[in-house]
Amino acid sequence: MESCAQKKTYKAKDYKSELKPIWCPGCGDYTVLNSITRALAELGLPPEEVAVVSGIGCSSRIPAYTSVYGFHGVHGRALPVATGLKLARPDLTVLVTGGDGDGFSIGGNHFLHACRRNVDLTYIVMDNQVYGMTKGQASPTTAPDWEGSKLTPDGTGINPFQPLVVGLASGANFIARVSASDPINMAKIIVEAIQHPGFSLVQVLSPCVTFRPEQQEWRDIVRTAVVDYTDDAARAARRLMTDDGFNVGKVLYKGSRPPFRPEFEHTDGSVAELEARFAL
Amino acid sequence: MTVKSVSLVIAGSGGAGVVTAGSLLLEAAAQAGWYALMSRSSGPQIRGGEAAAMLRFATEPVMSHDDSFHLLMAIDWENINRFSAEIPLVAESLIVGDPAHGDAPAALLSGKPRQAALPMVALAERIENGRPNMVALGAIAAMIGLPPEAMQAVVERNLKRKGQAAIDASMAAFHAGIAAAVDLPAIPKLPAVAAAANPRWSITGNEATGLGVIRGGVRFVAAYPITPATEVLEWLAPSLAKVGGMLVQAEDELASINQIIGASYGGVPAMTATSGPGLSLMIESLGLAVAAEVPLVVVDVMRVGPSTGIATKSEQSDLNIAVYGLHGDAPHVVVAANSVADCLFTTQWAVHLAEAMQVPTLVLTDQAMGQARAIVPKPAELAFIGQRLTAPAAVEGQRYKRYAVTASGVSPMAIPGTPGLTHTADGLEHNEFGTPSSQASDHQAQMDKRQRKISQFNYGDHWADIEDSEVGAGDTAIITWGSATGPAREALQRYSAAGGKARLLSLRLIAPVQPEKMAEALRGIERAVVVEQSHSGQFYRMLRAFYDLPAKTVSLHQGGPLPFGPQQILDQLNQLNAGSA
Repeated sequence: MESCAQKKTYKAKDYKSELKPIWCPGCGDYTVLNSITRALAELGLPPEEVAVVSGIGCSSRIPAYTSVYGFHGVHGRALPVATGLKLARPDLTVLVTGGDGDGFSIGGNHFLHACRRNVDLTYIVMDNQVYGMTKGQASPTTAPDWEGSKLTPDGTGINPFQPLVVGLASGANFIARVSASDPINMAKIIVEAIQHPGFSLVQVLSPCVTFRPEQQEWRDIVRTAVVDYTDDAARAARRLMTDDGFNVGKVLYKGSRPPFRPEFEHTDGSVAELEARFAL
Repeated sequence: MTVKSVSLVIAGSGGAGVVTAGSLLLEAAAQAGWYALMSRSSGPQIRGGEAAAMLRFATEPVMSHDDSFHLLMAIDWENINRFSAEIPLVAESLIVGDPAHGDAPAALLSGKPRQAALPMVALAERIENGRPNMVALGAIAAMIGLPPEAMQAVVERNLKRKGQAAIDASMAAFHAGIAAAVDLPAIPKLPAVAAAANPRWSITGNEATGLGVIRGGVRFVAAYPITPATEVLEWLAPSLAKVGGMLVQAEDELASINQIIGASYGGVPAMTATSGPGLSLMIESLGLAVAAEVPLVVVDVMRVGPSTGIATKSEQSDLNIAVYGLHGDAPHVVVAANSVADCLFTTQWAVHLAEAMQVPTLVLTDQAMGQARAIVPKPAELAFIGQRLTAPAAVEGQRYKRYAVTASGVSPMAIPGTPGLTHTADGLEHNEFGTPSSQASDHQAQMDKRQRKISQFNYGDHWADIEDSEVGAGDTAIITWGSATGPAREALQRYSAAGGKARLLSLRLIAPVQPEKMAEALRGIERAVVVEQSHSGQFYRMLRAFYDLPAKTVSLHQGGPLPFGPQQILDQLNQLNAGSA
């Protein structure tokens, strides 16, 4: 008998490409990239069995900075690309990365339905409440009175989108909020998110040091959530409704809905049988 | 008329059983060994409402509807004015109506058709559970020469679950119709044919489209419902499941196109089907598939546009968006089916093209062929199976180039899961590795390869169907595409029967254009008529832009939803030649 093959071990750097990120120095997305690669190493997943899918935006550049299979699509459509990939290839571990504009504005409808559909994906949203790539416009999570953009000089005047509340109501099966200032904990939560079946939503408070320099204070404002996760959606909803957005570092909700996965196995049917139904 | 055929319409209000009657008649005609084409027209109501089933029967394959109908069987007259333009009637035509519902509306009488009465309601009332539509079918069968045994077999098959009493009631009403037909004026009759002599299929264009992509190897479909493409999806959902595939109903067309991009990137051949409004939403991501070189097939079952247009009726007006709609220079493939049966060939070919060239391939069909059911000769087996050039394994010491610049332009594609070949597929311009690049040289090299792979591909003889009169091509051509091909074929037949010589060119490959093949096909042609169902003559303008056409080329174009009649095209041919004699 042959001995069992030793499971290969990986380090975080094994999941990084040689490309230098285009991000600004101090951008929160650097630590998110680190946490993702750290999580993949901890899970010991061979790079070729992982895919990272993204849309458009600063944070959507992540796939090319990893050494796994990547897909960098168009603005707002990362979730459907990932849905198709995971359904066609259930053997792959599929992560989706992006920002608040990509996910909750232009891609908002896909966000709702990805939560509803509950395909086994891990969606990591780097929320910095601004469009960075287009140089600083209000995003769906921006406060209504933020006057830092020439596009909305008097503020947007509309309340920010609540991604975790909406995610929960839409059926996300795993919900967590983490801070880019704590990469070790973020990696731990991403591991849990990947391991949890179904659609996992991880909101990362990831400061934009260039267009929202005041967000550098987030590291001092955030606090570790005091309670552990619940599997009761109603309780999770109550917590989120009274939450100020800065309780981080813990999983908030873990559901037990089975992931969406229609049959994709070869049955006894054949193309000839399909054709026979047309014959006279 | 050279084709021995009978054309008829069954019309009536919702609940009159018009569509059921048409389907039973088509099945019975199949049983009798005939060929047939059935189109449906219906009002805007979601359910019920007036409807008309337009049928043409022949002992040879039917390519098109005729210029007029021999018979209009009106079970009642409700809202029939809405269809009057779609039911051309001439002096030889016969309108049969039920006196219980009054006289035929004036809108139907402009061609001075003959009229006769058939008391369908009264005859049906004499039979327990008898229905007027079965009385109408009996009369039609007697008038066109359809053997009663054929209908008996079909009724037994269809009403089996309802029991013998239902079968007996239907057949009693049917026979009452046959008996009453003795008093009706004559219309052409077709001879009986030995059914076994011709292996035939009964299929709709939308079903043929679904079967074509499955034959080609598609196993993942994501789609959003839209008229008139929904039947493609409804056929595919259970059929894919039988062959190890799946269909996912997406939240919108943006999701459909991107889900199939994801599945195809994962190595599973994928497609979606939609109509004009959905195609409009997909356009940005089609460009992504061009740039990232993801093979996929998008079928557009065209309807009348612009905007919501006329959702239930046909037009060939999405040619421009299919060819030119993508932003940037985005080399891709556009093909078009030219008949119900050709939906099968063209979609299967499209999967082959998409996979072989790693390019998004659009297939244009339309409502007229998609929702029509035809009895056609059994389609041939085709060898086209999607085959993608994949990169099987990493080469020691060499970094994998997903977008390697090759002579053919096609780069071996690494499927996720393959060790050592990880890369990021990108809609950003990139270098050979897939790394984003804004350098002019990378853009040039990648554009060149994207163009080269579709320009240099060998499309064989399938780029167009070319058919000549029996006595040769002469110096006159009809150039057309899609649904307009059916009436153009029949026009050619009639022209030929009258001693004329002409060549029919029906383009299946819309893009990339094939100037050399066209030049060869037009050798010796001095006059041409370009036929299409588009208000602005989109096809004619495209031909003018890319091809050397004969000096005397005229455009015959009209917007939907009325189809061309063969005579319209024949008149144009005659006029073209009269002017040049």
